This record gives sequence, structure tokens and C-alpha cells, in this order.
Amino acid sequence: MAAILSNPSAAEAVASQAGAAAGARPMRIALIGNPNSGKTSLFNQLTGLNQKVGNFPGVTVDRKSGFAQLTHTQRAEIVDLPGTYSLYPKSLDERVITDLLYDKSSASYPDFVVVTVDANNLRRSLLLFTQLGDLGLPAVLALNMMDVAERHGVNIDLPALEQELGVPIIPMNARNGIGVAALKIVMAQRLDAPPVRCWEPDDQLLPMVRQIRYYFDLHNDYLALHYAQQFRQIGFLSADDKAYLQELTQQYGFDPTAQQASETIARYARINEILLETVTVTRTETREPISNRIDRVLTHRVGGYLIFLAILFLLFQAIFAWAQYPMDWIDQGISALSATIQDNFHGPLIRLLTEGVLAGLGGVLIFIPQIALLFGFLAILEETGYMARVTFLMDKLMRPFGLSGKSVVPLISGLACAVPAIMGARTIESWKDRMITIFVTPLMSCSARIPVYTVLVALVVPDEAAWGIFNLRGVALMSLYLLGLFSALASAWVLKTVLKARERSYFIMEFPVYQWPRWKNVGLTIYQKVQAFVLQAGKVIVAISVLLWVLASYGPGQQQETAEARVRQEAPAQHWGDAEISRRVASARLENSYAGSFGRALEPAIRPLGYDWKIGIALLTSFAAREVFVGTISTIYSVGQDADMGTLQQKLQAEKDVNGQPFFTPARAFSLLVFYVFAMQCMSTLAVTYRETQNWKWPLAQLLYMTGLAYVAAFAVYQALA
Amino acid sequence: MALFRRSSQKVAASAATRRTAKDLRLGETGTICCLEDPEMALKLLEMGCVPGVKVRLSGRAPLGDPLMLVLGDQEYTLSVRANEAATILLKE
Repeated sequence: MAAILSNPSAAEAVASQAGAAAGARPMRIALIGNPNSGKTSLFNQLTGLNQKVGNFPGVTVDRKSGFAQLTHTQRAEIVDLPGTYSLYPKSLDERVITDLLYDKSSASYPDFVVVTVDANNLRRSLLLFTQLGDLGLPAVLALNMMDVAERHGVNIDLPALEQELGVPIIPMNARNGIGVAALKIVMAQRLDAPPVRCWEPDDQLLPMVRQIRYYFDLHNDYLALHYAQQFRQIGFLSADDKAYLQELTQQYGFDPTAQQASETIARYARINEILLETVTVTRTETREPISNRIDRVLTHRVGGYLIFLAILFLLFQAIFAWAQYPMDWIDQGISALSATIQDNFHGPLIRLLTEGVLAGLGGVLIFIPQIALLFGFLAILEETGYMARVTFLMDKLMRPFGLSGKSVVPLISGLACAVPAIMGARTIESWKDRMITIFVTPLMSCSARIPVYTVLVALVVPDEAAWGIFNLRGVALMSLYLLGLFSALASAWVLKTVLKARERSYFIMEFPVYQWPRWKNVGLTIYQKVQAFVLQAGKVIVAISVLLWVLASYGPGQQQETAEARVRQEAPAQHWGDAEISRRVASARLENSYAGSFGRALEPAIRPLGYDWKIGIALLTSFAAREVFVGTISTIYSVGQDADMGTLQQKLQAEKDVNGQPFFTPARAFSLLVFYVFAMQCMSTLAVTYRETQNWKWPLAQLLYMTGLAYVAAFAVYQALA
Repeated sequence: MALFRRSSQKVAASAATRRTAKDLRLGETGTICCLEDPEMALKLLEMGCVPGVKVRLSGRAPLGDPLMLVLGDQEYTLSVRANEAATILLKE
């Protein structure tokens, strides 16, 4: 490349072609491969911390991309595509790949692809690879997990395989980075499309294929065949194009299923020939693979479920008990900072800073330990391969509820956040299973509810051990999660009987081999999720806190002043001390503020649930996002409290009802908790449900159903306990 | 034990006509002959269930379904529901 650059005219001549590599824009390289072929590890090795998660245009599948420094002067954009077994997509997730690879004119069309191939599973991995090669995409084959293959006695004649496939092959071990340097060197060069074709449409198909090829001006027969196969799902084709293809395929009597089956079998036949010449297996290991032995324990008919339950319990103990220490430090740190500022400075701006901004910020930062622990746990379960076993264990159990084993992963991810969980439901092929999963996932207690649960449970459940081992608060927290789970299952069952669909559901899935989690990947996941929470949720929370502070500090007309004057007039007759007077003044001012008016207006509707107008304000703001609840109450209760009043919990405990009794009785707290378990209070979830279902009926039904359920359940709890 | 005997009787009954991957006994190996259901076949083919490949039943989920099938010589494991396994016909 340097040679070309030193000669300006030559550089111009190739600028249109090699512009990408010459630095006009960095090369774009797509990573593609079977699930569990080590694609994510390779992506992390190539890009490190230099990655971002976005969306593919038009759809909501995560588009992970990042930049890799290939040589000193050359950077390339790496796009991580969802794992797939072939170019015939079965799920929405996989359609992203075809949409990207079929449209050569698209701005995001890759310059070439790196195909990750599991050296232990060559036959199956090469199926996808030969399809990509036949599309005429320049490709590099990253032959991964070489260490395991060697241990299994698999010997691969690399030069011969390179010859047969017509592409460079880099043996590697992405987990510990072996081979990554060599791969970068190959990636930095400009590659041509592989000269070898593994399979071509047979003569019978050619008339139709050629017609499509010339009509759409495609570079390749095989691509034209894919248009005929999949035009209904290709996003970038216009309605006219689709009508044309519909007519053409009908005219030629094209049978996509039969063609696809015969193509796949023909490819396997060719791959077998290649492998016969290039791969020899000398079994060094006669023992059963370790994974199978682990499976016998982890999927045992009794032990399997017990282990799963134990893991879940450990998860909740971690979130509640272990996260407590760092959370306390953050809480105390923020209130100490706030008190220091208030001791040294005065004025409305300082009050805005401490009671508005700092109170809100504290409400965001304090949940970082819990969110990090939760996402860390989920990442470890996914990394080790245990999540697939959970799917397997749960399938039969989930089916009576109209869900499949594959619904378990979205449901468990729903514990972190319903938004990615609902997107994760894309891997479920059956429409009905998928709709039910999407509908009930928000009932799983997401991490945004943790703040609410934590604060309220700590308020009414003593911090004691039951039977010597279980922390009572941990037990209470787990019960809330179980309540969410059971309501999700019950709702799924109801939906199953309501929804009519004559469609079969699949459950064919590969078991990844057990392996130790790659801590780098776990760390990256935690970092990305915490960052997203702080930046995205945090912005909303701080903004709402500031807005609330304003609404709570100012009121319409002279109402606040009149109310204050009335309290001060009454004071001498009632023999109130100074502290009592200032508390009553603050309370009267808040009641007559803008926020107070909103809460008052709402109060008749929520009084049966045991709530007052202060909680009403919090409920109202929670409809943007649940986690705002804590920020809201801490703002509302700081207004009118001394700033050095300490932590939120102390403020809440100090809150008195009209009779001077503590306001947060168990009845009130549990009613609130149950309300938050069920209520649909998340704009982002509603938005993502709409995008995923493409129908307003679904988010609307979710909103009405869940909030209705919340109201009824909270009412029942309060009336029963009060 | 009773469960086991009952299921092996079922195997004996259907063996006269045809055997599928669903009818394999725990640990038994068969060879895939063909795939019955065209739509399911596409997915199974992609996952490596190709005629001629060996298939071994290595386990069942605690409630008897889905099944754990080990494919080929290179030993990788698929999870397949019983009714899906029933579309994989085995050679005699």
C-alpha cells in the first residue's frame, strides 16, 4: 500500500477500488461463523475496549462493531454478526446477515469476511463457509480451537485445505489470542474473491437464476439463487421487486425447500471429499469427553434442577448481601458530600445542586454494584455453556405454558433488563412462542426494580439470618423475583389459550462444550452494561430529579407562603418546638407545591392501595422508568429534611403519617413492592415491544394488563395486611 | 426400571416397521438414513444431521424430553425434542 501511495497518479487510478484500504475510509470486515465457534472471543481480541454496540439499520438486533489496529498505519472496522449455521436464515436474528451480505450497494457492505470455524466441527462449519465463498465474498478462514482439535487427535493438512478452499487459513486459538497477530497481517492485505466454487446452481435452475441476475444486475449466479429463495424476507427489496420475483419463481415452478435440501446435501458431499483428503484423525483420547460427564451431573433428573435453583439462589444472595457493602459506601459518600456542600455554601443554586442533582446522581450510582454483579453472573452462565443446558432442562417444563426452552434465556435476561431480553426472543423461530415470550418477559423483575426492592425491603424486613444461614432480606428479595416468575408463567398460559396459531415450533440446538469463562469477555460485558445504565438511565434519572426538585420547591401563586404562614400562626398555641415547626413548614410547603398538587390529584385513586400523594408523585415519574422511583422519593423527602439527615433509609424511616406513627408500615411497603413487581412502568420496554411485534396492540395490551394486575394485587395486599 | 422396560417394548414394536432417532436406547448408536419432514430436514441438515452420519442417544432431559443426540465421529451434541427426533429415520 505504501508503494502505491508514494505514486500519486497510481494512487488515483486505484482510488476508487482501493480507497478503503488507502485510508479514505477504513476497511470494513465482517466476522461471521457458527454459534460457539469463538467469534465473540475473536472480536474482543481484535478490538479490545475499542467497541460499541449499536443497531443494524431498520432492526433492533445488536450491531457490535469496533476498530482493530491491523498494522501501524492501518485500522479496520470490524462488525460482529450474529452466529448462524447457514445463509438460509431461520430466525430474525440471522436475517441481519443476509440483508448485509446481499446488498453490494449498501454503505455497510463489508470489504471481506472473516469466517470463524471450529476445528473440531469442520464438516458443519464449512457448510456456512462454502456458501459465503460461493457468494463471491473475499474471505479469510480463522480456524479456531486448534488446541482442542490437537488434543482430540485431529490433524489438518492446512496447505492442502487452503488449496481446496482457495482462501487463506489462519490456525488460531482465540481464547488466549494465539494466531491473532497472523490473522491481522492477512486482514491488512487486500483480498480477492476465492477462485474456487464449491457448488453452483445446476443447469435446470440456470434460466431462472440468470434472469434474476440480469434483472438486478448481480455479480454472481449463487446470489441470484438466494434472491429466488428468500425474496420475501429481504429487507431492501421493493414491493415491485418482490412481485417480480414471486411471478418468476412461480413461472419456473421453483421449489425452495427441495432446492435448499439438495444444495445442502451436495455441499456436504463436496465437503466430505475435501475433508477426506485433508484431515486425519488419530484418536489419542479414548475417554468420554469431559463435557458429557459434566452433563450427566448438571442435567440429572433431580440434581439438575437442584443445581439450577442453587445457582439462582446464589445469584440473589450476591445481589443483595454482597453488593450491600459497596452500596453503603456510595450512599454514605454522596450524603457526606452533600452535607459538606450545604455546611459551607447557601442559596437556591446550592440547594438545587444538593437536593436535585446530587440526590438524583446518588440514585444512579448506588445501583452500579448490583447491576455489575447481575450482568457478571449472567455472562458467566452464558460463557461456560451452562445457559444452553438450562434451556434443555426447562423445555418440557415451559411447554405447558406455551413457551419453549428457548424462552428461558429471554426470561432470565429479563432479570437484567427487559429491553435486550425482548430482542433476545428473536432466536425463537415460532411466532406464537415468540409473542408469548415477549409479552410476559417484562413481568420478570428487571434490574431497574432492584433499587425499589432494595430500599423498601430494607425498610420493613429485619437484617437477620433465618435458620442461621439465609439472610431474611435475601429471602424476601427472592420471593419477589419468584412472584414475578410465576405471574409470567401464568400469563403465558392464559395467552397460550387465547392466541391461535397453527405453526410448529423447533427446538434444535447445539450444546456448546463446557469451558471456563473468559474473564475478559465477562469484564467487557459488565463494563458495557454499567456504562449503558449510567449514561442512558442515569441521564433520565438526573433530569427527572432536577425537574422534580423544581416542582417540589415552587408552587402556584402564593399558596406555599399562605400555608407556611398558617403553620407559624398555629405554632404558639400548639407549643411546638423549633424542630417541629420547621418540619411542619417544610411539609406544608411541599404539599402546596406543583408536585404536591399532582400527587393530591392522584391520591383518591391510590389511597385504597395505602399510598399518599408523595408516593403518587413517585408512581407518576416511575412511568418513564421504574428506577426513577428511588431518585424521586429521595428528592421529595430531602426537600424539607435537614441535609445532614443522612441516608435515604433514615429519611424514609423518619417519615411520619398524620398520627405521628411511621408512615412505611409493612402493609404499605409490601403493597408498593407488589405494585412494582407487576406494573408496566418502562417506556423503553413498550417501545421495543412495538418494534419487535410491529403492532401497537402488543405494547398497549402489555401496559393495560400489567398495570391492571399491579393495581388489583397491591390493593389486595394492602387490605389484607393493614 | 419399569419405565425403561416399557420404553424398550415400544422400540420393539416399531422396529418391525421403521426406527427413528427417538427410538434409540440410552447410549445406543444408529446411522441416519433419511429425514422425513422436509421443513424440519432443512434445519437438521444445517446442524449436521446428514444421511450416513452416526447418531448416539447420550441422554434425556429429566422429564424425558428433549433428547441429547451426539452426532458423528467428532462428537458434538445436539438437543432435539422427541417429536423432532422422530423425523430422523435410521438405517436398519
